[in-house]
Amino acid sequence: MALVLNEEQRLLAETAREFLAEHAPVTALRALRDSRDTTGYSQALWQQMAELGWASVILPENYGGLEFGFTGLGVLLQESGRTLTASPLLATAVVGASAILLGGTEAQREAYLPQLAAGELTLALALEESHHHRPYDVATHAELEGDSVRLNGDKCFVIDGHSADLLLVVARSAGAPGDREGLSVILVPRDSAGVQSQRTLMVDSRNAANIRFDNVTLPASAVLGKPGVAGEWLDAVLDRGRVALAAEMLGSAEEVFARTMAWLKERVQFGVPIGSFQALQHRASRLQAELELARSVVLQALAAVDDKPDQLPLIASLAKAQLNELVKLATNEAVQLHGGIGVTDDLEIGFFLKRARVTMQIFGDTGFHKDRYASLCGY
Amino acid sequence: MEDLEQFRKDTRQWLEAHCPPSQRLPNTPEQQYWGGRRGTFASEDSRIWFEHMRDRGWTAPEWPTAYGGGGLTPQQGQVLKEEMKRIRGRSPLYSLGLWMLGPALLEYGTEEQKQQHLRAIVNGELRWCQGYSEPGAGSDLASLQTRAEDQGDHFLVNGSKIWTTAADKSDWIFCLVRTDPTAKKQEGISFLLIDMASPGVSTTPIALISGESEFCQTFFDNVRVPKGNLVGGLNQGWSVAKALLVHERKLMAEIGSESPRQEVPPVQAARDYLEFVDGRIANSQLRSDLVSFEMRMHAIALTHMRGFEERANGQQSSVGLSMKYLGTEAMKEKNELLLAIMGSRGLGWEAPGFTPEELDTTRLWAGSKAMTIAGGTTEVQLNVIARSVLQLPQAPKAATES
Repeated sequence: MALVLNEEQRLLAETAREFLAEHAPVTALRALRDSRDTTGYSQALWQQMAELGWASVILPENYGGLEFGFTGLGVLLQESGRTLTASPLLATAVVGASAILLGGTEAQREAYLPQLAAGELTLALALEESHHHRPYDVATHAELEGDSVRLNGDKCFVIDGHSADLLLVVARSAGAPGDREGLSVILVPRDSAGVQSQRTLMVDSRNAANIRFDNVTLPASAVLGKPGVAGEWLDAVLDRGRVALAAEMLGSAEEVFARTMAWLKERVQFGVPIGSFQALQHRASRLQAELELARSVVLQALAAVDDKPDQLPLIASLAKAQLNELVKLATNEAVQLHGGIGVTDDLEIGFFLKRARVTMQIFGDTGFHKDRYASLCGY
Repeated sequence: MEDLEQFRKDTRQWLEAHCPPSQRLPNTPEQQYWGGRRGTFASEDSRIWFEHMRDRGWTAPEWPTAYGGGGLTPQQGQVLKEEMKRIRGRSPLYSLGLWMLGPALLEYGTEEQKQQHLRAIVNGELRWCQGYSEPGAGSDLASLQTRAEDQGDHFLVNGSKIWTTAADKSDWIFCLVRTDPTAKKQEGISFLLIDMASPGVSTTPIALISGESEFCQTFFDNVRVPKGNLVGGLNQGWSVAKALLVHERKLMAEIGSESPRQEVPPVQAARDYLEFVDGRIANSQLRSDLVSFEMRMHAIALTHMRGFEERANGQQSSVGLSMKYLGTEAMKEKNELLLAIMGSRGLGWEAPGFTPEELDTTRLWAGSKAMTIAGGTTEVQLNVIARSVLQLPQAPKAATES
């Protein structure tokens, strides 16, 4: 049964919810924002998360992992979506870990994954080169010469790019932008000579960066796996990221919806709770039905990562598109139904609204995924 | 579990041996068997298939064998459903008695009523129709006015029911009638079984925008009904009706998979009717509408499955209440999409000039408009979700329903 959580997963969700409510509620994100924290997340919190095993949920045991699978990871992301917790969970424990796991050599896995599991290594995937998700439109150039590789190019919207220890840079060693062939992923320590990273302050108060690579020269061992063939596994890494992000978005949508329902019951106008008005009830019920769909899709997509990898591309695009639309609707409705206080910074609803817009762009907007779904279905 | 696997094996074998190849889906309205005194089989195979299933109690697989049912556990019932689906076996008997009245009688009927009616339903001897709505009582069902006056040894029924599906072909009708005009709306209603052969019952078909007229209006003019035909006690009809509505909504939610006509899948229609350039539909709006619809159906199918898994797992599931709304709205969407994809070829009313599938599409489109009205409108469904799932406060006065 892929669509219900087992006992172990339910327990994990419960523990995560309690932990995050205590250590990383939305007020923690507000505090990071207001103090203009330079890291953008609490390193002490990430250490605690790693001790709980969150950095290594999907990793096999021989790399120090919990081997809980993607459904287990999904419940963590869903819970962290409820509290809008800023942490390297997505960039490091999902995307970075998957890239090394799927693309790396055995030596690279052994070198990096145990560190990652211990919370001692953070990663960031440097992929995008334009303001829309176009995973193969890569112009950044990796020149392989003998024992070294030289990197030149500009990346943007690199999640955790200004804070990660190691950048996973998608670069081209052959072909033209748009080609799936000729791509390599280069492991670049962020403090390497020629790396200029500029943090971009985003609307969601979370982390992203623009990064320039100016003749960055590294040993050839910095290439993740074999050179030129990253196109064979990049999609699988991105799909894992999409599915995990969809789980986070589901958590946010559920939380913002729950807060809105509480408000409809509490707020009195014209002598009655506004939740008794049919015009508002119908909006709430439609959202509830959309949430039901989203829950099913996310659970199925998480399960597909572990059990049905051949179905992953289709279900990952379904999940990301579905959740893009859901968080947009849920956050817009939340603001509107809260009325005047919905647009104040005092209320936390605004944090959900802003995070939603960023998640909608990461790893593909609705148009990208509808187009991909249609293409996969042959029309 | 081992027994269940054995049951699956036996069931598969039996179905394969007994379901004639001609009795596989799809099923057209003309080929469905609805039973009743005037019921006829479209073919000899249809009769044979029905009789095999009837003799095994599998027209009502989960009803007690004492009343002619199959006596299967819910798990076995699910296995049978899956195996029927596997061989694409047609329902051997279409019947409101099976789908709606029977479950209500099992819950609320007296032993005498069960003996009198359940076996006749299983055997398809009598065809039932439903008398709920009235010209003045639609979504506000509880405002119904058809009266049943206590005349000592019988009730005297006067009034009229509307949307009585196939009343002109039915033998009996189960009705909601007002037995206490002084009580509050819901509290003065009783659930009554009426033989349509009784003097004073008459019925007129209603022509619809789809060109069909499966619905009727039924009139009761001083109809005498025995007291023993009261189900669930005097003035207790609302509880019976509510239990029954759940069955009807479940049915409406599943209607897509049981659709009687040969529907063209939208992706197939797109291949047949749209221009493709480089493997993509050239019309970007239609391509976007099609993929949005397909993704929604994918999500709905997964949600159906989740609801089933949750129930099988012994969990409370909130999914069911949203499914009627989601399912019927999506079906309407699908019909609009098919019409758009077919362009002017989806607008034919009669041959010549159009294929039978094209003409079906047009009529199904018109017919689909009833899906979000019958069995509780979308708006009523949304009220129910707001109250039962979200526990939002009752609307001020008016606007109340089941």
